[in-house]
Amino acid sequence: MIANRIAYGETLTQLALENPNLLILDADACKSTGILCCREQVPKQFIQCGIAEQNMMGVAAGLALNGKIPFVTTFAVFTCMRAVEQVRNAVCYGNLNVKVVGTHAGLETGGDGGTHQAIEDIAIMRALPNMIVQVPADPNATRKMTREAAAHTGPAYLRLGKDPAPELYSSEEEFPIGGSKVLREGQDVSLVACGNMVWRALEAAKLLEQEGIQARVIDLYSIKPIDQETLRKAAQETKGIVTVEDHNIYGGLGGAVAEALGQVCPARLIRLGLKDVFGRSGNPEPLYEMYHLTPADIAAAAKELLSSKS
Amino acid sequence: MYGVDALKEMANTIRYDAMKAIYTVGSGHPGGSLSAADILAVLYFHTLRIDPQRPKWEDRDRFLLSKGHAAPALFAALAHRGFFPLHHLLHLRLHDGMLQGTPNPKIPGADSVSGSLGQNLSMAVGTALAGQLDGKDYKTYVLLGDGELAEGQNWEAAMLASARKLGNLIGIVDYNQVQMCGTVEEILPLGDLAAKFKAFGWQVYEVDGHDIQKLVELFDALPNQPEGVPKMIIAHTVKGKGVSFMEGQAAWHGGAPNQQQWEQIQKELGGGSL
Repeated sequence: MIANRIAYGETLTQLALENPNLLILDADACKSTGILCCREQVPKQFIQCGIAEQNMMGVAAGLALNGKIPFVTTFAVFTCMRAVEQVRNAVCYGNLNVKVVGTHAGLETGGDGGTHQAIEDIAIMRALPNMIVQVPADPNATRKMTREAAAHTGPAYLRLGKDPAPELYSSEEEFPIGGSKVLREGQDVSLVACGNMVWRALEAAKLLEQEGIQARVIDLYSIKPIDQETLRKAAQETKGIVTVEDHNIYGGLGGAVAEALGQVCPARLIRLGLKDVFGRSGNPEPLYEMYHLTPADIAAAAKELLSSKS
Repeated sequence: MYGVDALKEMANTIRYDAMKAIYTVGSGHPGGSLSAADILAVLYFHTLRIDPQRPKWEDRDRFLLSKGHAAPALFAALAHRGFFPLHHLLHLRLHDGMLQGTPNPKIPGADSVSGSLGQNLSMAVGTALAGQLDGKDYKTYVLLGDGELAEGQNWEAAMLASARKLGNLIGIVDYNQVQMCGTVEEILPLGDLAAKFKAFGWQVYEVDGHDIQKLVELFDALPNQPEGVPKMIIAHTVKGKGVSFMEGQAAWHGGAPNQQQWEQIQKELGGGSL
């Protein structure tokens, strides 16, 4: 089992070997973000910018204006927040071909604490015109989605966590932008998750099955553009939806699902995530217990949804 | 292609047409457009290796306007250089116009997106770096405002430019000493600006930013070094240069002249092409 950021770094190295115009920009975080291998294996395409994320984003814009495909990688709090105005006005406003990658998203960042745990990045990136937002759940998804981002013309945001991620997909699986994966069929309730919450949603579905409840599990890896059709079916064919994300409940996956369904098929919805609070230091598993994001918590929310009157 | 006298005339035309655009549409930034006009005239009609028929020509010199609000002067220069018809200037900043309030890459001849201050030195570093990586011999020029040098991103970019040995990068500070709400000294003094850039590893030049002859000589003398020391030209200028009642006035950072003022401007600038 490896972390998605490791799969990302390996794929980026491969992509750089395949395409000399692909450049890797770092802000002295490559040992943490998984792109150390790029520095070692494709040094000429590795641009060390120092701890200066705003400049790094501007440099990426300049490179993109001249035919390069820059992948800007650092902790999600810094790519999406320290440099957000550069992402907006330099990258998105100009619709430039810059890939923004944020690692260490969510609580699994662990001991570094609330300052380093991005819980707003999906909301922020999603609000920017021209930007697409993709959240892989496992290493194979990460490999494919890194390639999808490179092939896409225009700004893209890829959200990665820190911890090793259980394998959910074969290497043959494709992850087109705008898609989703129904990982488990069920007619009672739908669990819609992204990133590191997908395997937890699958575990929750097993817990629910023990109680005779059939949960559909959807990996909504493309938050923007969003797979409205799969969500509509889930809303129509099951009794309600629980969204699960390692992110604030405002503006992220749950917000995106609520917006999508509100237009086409309003459904009962419970949004699980950080309830408008910051994370804190701790090992990831105790943190997920503290913030009520374990498989048991997800199962409990599904039962609450099924037992409450509409 | 243009001699010194023709460049002076072009600078005046750029001033007049930029002011006509601002007067016509009723908004814009006169002060910083006027202070940059001589520099733009020399760059676009003497120095830059560009071809209006091929605005995205790979080997062209690049010019980035970091102080994006001086767009009226840049757009006038681009129009006169043949990148698009002059009449677009009269729809500047309007809903039905091609020309936004600040530059973006959709505008023929514009090599950056700016408007948010303090960002184009970084983009210029990326542009120069792309040229260096590709073994191209184009130069990248970026015009910076003095007030925007308060943005820390400039100094991040200045460090990276010297670390990457971007000898193909030429910054120009339009040092007109006045920003929106007061003088640079009043708002946030820049101190010894030349010493600052030198300390960041740049070769620094100082010039009168309204002396066409000196600007021509300085740009001609700059060596073309794909790998070398980045260059910063501190161009001493006057905000509002050429229009007596605007010169040195923070009040004319932004805003449009009224009819009476426009008549005065016409007399002082002597007529452009619009």
